[in-house]
Amino acid sequence: MTVSHSDTPHAEYPPHFEPPHGSTWKFFFGPGLVRGGWMAGVGFVLGTLLVLALRRWWGWEPYWLTEVILVVGGMVATPIGFLGGIGAFDYWLHYISGRPTRPEDHSGHGARTWRDYFRVNTDHKVIGVQYLVTTFVFFTIGGLMAMFFRAELAQPGLQFVDSQTFNGLVSMHATLMIFLFIIPAFAGLANFAVPLMLGAPDMAFPRLNALSFWLLPIAGVMFLASFIAPGGAFGAGWTGYAPLAEGQPLGQTFFNMGVQWAGASSILTALNFLVTIITMRAPGMTFWRMPLLVWANFTTSLLVVIATPFIAGSQFFVMFDRIMHTSFFTPEGGGYVLGYQHIFWFYSHPAVYIMMLPGFGIVSEVISSMSRKPIFGYRLMALSLMGILVLGFSVWAHHMFVAGMADWLRVPMMITTLLIAIPTGIKVFSWTATLWRGRIHLNTPMLFALGFLTMFVIGGLSGIYLGSVPIDIAASDTYFIVAHIHYVLFGGSVFTIFAGIYYWFPKMTGRMYNERLGKWHFWLTFVSFNATFFPMHYVGLRGMPRRVFDYDSAFGDLNFVISIASFVLGASFIVFVYNMITSWANGPIADANPWRAHTLEWQVSSPPPIFNFDEIPQVVGGPYEYGVPGARHAVMSPAKEAEEVHA
Amino acid sequence: MRKGIVQLVAIGVVIGVLVTLVAVLFQWLPTSASEEFDRIQDIYWFATIMSIVIFSVVAAVVVYSVWTWRVPDDDDLDGPPIHGNTGLEIAWTAVPAILVIALGIVSAVVLSQNGEAGNRPLEVKAIGQQFAWKFEYSDYGDFTTGELVLPVNREARFTMEAVDVIHSFWVPNFGQKMDAVPGIETSILVTPTRTGEFAVVCAELCGLGHATMRAKARVVTRAEFDEWVKEKRA
Repeated sequence: MTVSHSDTPHAEYPPHFEPPHGSTWKFFFGPGLVRGGWMAGVGFVLGTLLVLALRRWWGWEPYWLTEVILVVGGMVATPIGFLGGIGAFDYWLHYISGRPTRPEDHSGHGARTWRDYFRVNTDHKVIGVQYLVTTFVFFTIGGLMAMFFRAELAQPGLQFVDSQTFNGLVSMHATLMIFLFIIPAFAGLANFAVPLMLGAPDMAFPRLNALSFWLLPIAGVMFLASFIAPGGAFGAGWTGYAPLAEGQPLGQTFFNMGVQWAGASSILTALNFLVTIITMRAPGMTFWRMPLLVWANFTTSLLVVIATPFIAGSQFFVMFDRIMHTSFFTPEGGGYVLGYQHIFWFYSHPAVYIMMLPGFGIVSEVISSMSRKPIFGYRLMALSLMGILVLGFSVWAHHMFVAGMADWLRVPMMITTLLIAIPTGIKVFSWTATLWRGRIHLNTPMLFALGFLTMFVIGGLSGIYLGSVPIDIAASDTYFIVAHIHYVLFGGSVFTIFAGIYYWFPKMTGRMYNERLGKWHFWLTFVSFNATFFPMHYVGLRGMPRRVFDYDSAFGDLNFVISIASFVLGASFIVFVYNMITSWANGPIADANPWRAHTLEWQVSSPPPIFNFDEIPQVVGGPYEYGVPGARHAVMSPAKEAEEVHA
Repeated sequence: MRKGIVQLVAIGVVIGVLVTLVAVLFQWLPTSASEEFDRIQDIYWFATIMSIVIFSVVAAVVVYSVWTWRVPDDDDLDGPPIHGNTGLEIAWTAVPAILVIALGIVSAVVLSQNGEAGNRPLEVKAIGQQFAWKFEYSDYGDFTTGELVLPVNREARFTMEAVDVIHSFWVPNFGQKMDAVPGIETSILVTPTRTGEFAVVCAELCGLGHATMRAKARVVTRAEFDEWVKEKRA
């Protein structure tokens, strides 16, 4: 899977970074995964000693308390040790300790061999690929878990797993898909595309960017490690409602702390995007000339920065209740149970838009360039993103219509929820109008974009049912909800992620994916997706609650069908992985601009030069001026042809 | 162009008919056994008609556009530079706004009707505890049962209590659901309209036995109910 240009470094590449094999000293003490490994161990020991010393100091028996040791030693000190070990803090520590700053030699920038993808790298393009590969690993794990519990659900009764394992699998599936796949996969695509689209050489804070990537696998490993905790994985759902979460076995702590690392990763990336988008636009790139993907990531980043601290808070409070015996959410101590849900959903509803708006951006890029037409109503498209951003903060309690919250809160929350349909509708109608009289190229990215368009409408419409309080009272907490969120997050978000991967694949790798396999992947996914999730609306309305391993035998046949369809859906992913790996290794060399798109990332070679632009582009017009005679988005010298780069 | 419009409408009608068949040929909702669920089903159909129209419009335009304007891969021309149409944009902002506000008003009315307790409803306390429901009939001297028995056509007010974690009281055929939350009291109204046996299901994940936390609800005639109460109190 060597990147194709590895054997012929670009002319501007700085001297090759010495691989750490040279000397034993460097192997063990140079920044990298080896040092990361042993420094993680050192971190654990230091953290543990700190806890023991403090408990001894205060005379708190017993000195050894597993859950506290686990949190401080295992989930704080170990990751910090690991990050220090791989070199995420090297430059900053050097600076803080007052030593003379090293001149930046860019040795940690860009990828020359596959090894460069496994270390702290400051190149936004490398980080983008790191994000995507990592998130797809977790997507695979989360998907396999879904296969596993679908096998369990194929018949009523308990067949393969015990109920704690079942609850753990369901909770882990959602947690990985949300925190380790959809949110960071979008961050990865944006990491790759946004600086290029802005005409910038990199993100505003490349070292912070590298750090925010490396926080992510820490969160993922932490979630998964809960399976080996005594008592099993966290099983209170990805929503982790108190007080159930507070009485869960040790595994729940892994969730409480994993969310902190994933959240920190999100927040740092979002800050980086905001600063990059505000300050690093090329000359002439006004806000009204930015591609909609950039707009989408701008709004998403605002959502992340404002909302994410709330979930961090909610999980800290649960953890404090668990290990410090506070009573934020325990009524016996004067706590307020519903307080958890309010804080949790104040993040987790905006999180739905964090998981959708970047997809809106991707689809705008794909539909416009594949229809060869300007996006219909560009300004209203950007403004409706802002509309969703603002309204998105005023609807959180629609997740709590049956939770027992104050009655008067329900109607206002219903109204704001229904109003979100308006900006969302504007976007859907504008995409369809963009298709109208276009010259439509029905290739894989476009198929996924159109698949998104139709499936997301279904998800949006079932959202309107649920927005209406009386219907929600009947349908809440049932499989109807499961169907709804999968139409929004799979038919919506995942389809756009696939669209984005196929669309930028030639730009990322310099090679073309296999179109035939891509189409097979789409149709298999599209059909089996509907066969899996559409019947769930039915079983839900008819009376099957969610998160159950056993159910009324009347739903047996339909659940069997759903399970079979879900295995086909899982199998369709193999086609994608095969296509990606073989095309990355030896697909045909891609042109600089295979889609003849106007945005800036397509005006440089595939893959782009190490600092993106040999000369700073001058932006002179909008990004989607297809069909306008003589229109240009930017003035710059033409891209070096791909052959030249690969020669 | 006129021929095109006819084709577009034809595609829209075909999709609309197919989706309508899916909506009516299957019985998507359980048989309603309460006044509250009757009203909810009315809004459900309102939302369904709205959804069929919107889905058919979007799907028809997508299918028609791809069918009509698809070009071969090597085509290198651009489409017409249409940047927008203010009238159209106002229309598709205003029409959905009217539709969702109408739905909101209908929903708010039903919500308030379903929340209005009449004169002296039957008071039932539903107590959720891992992993069983208990019902207390405070009007009849506080006896407790594991089976829910209700007289038909008499409004019942359920007051929910949770002993340990959050549970959710749900009878699919009543269309009503409410969480039982530790530390606070919640309530919901049900007016059964149909005698028979129904399932009480816990709808909020409450731990290991969540899936098995079920009880039986029996709706009986007034006379049978009085008989049952007498038996229980004896």
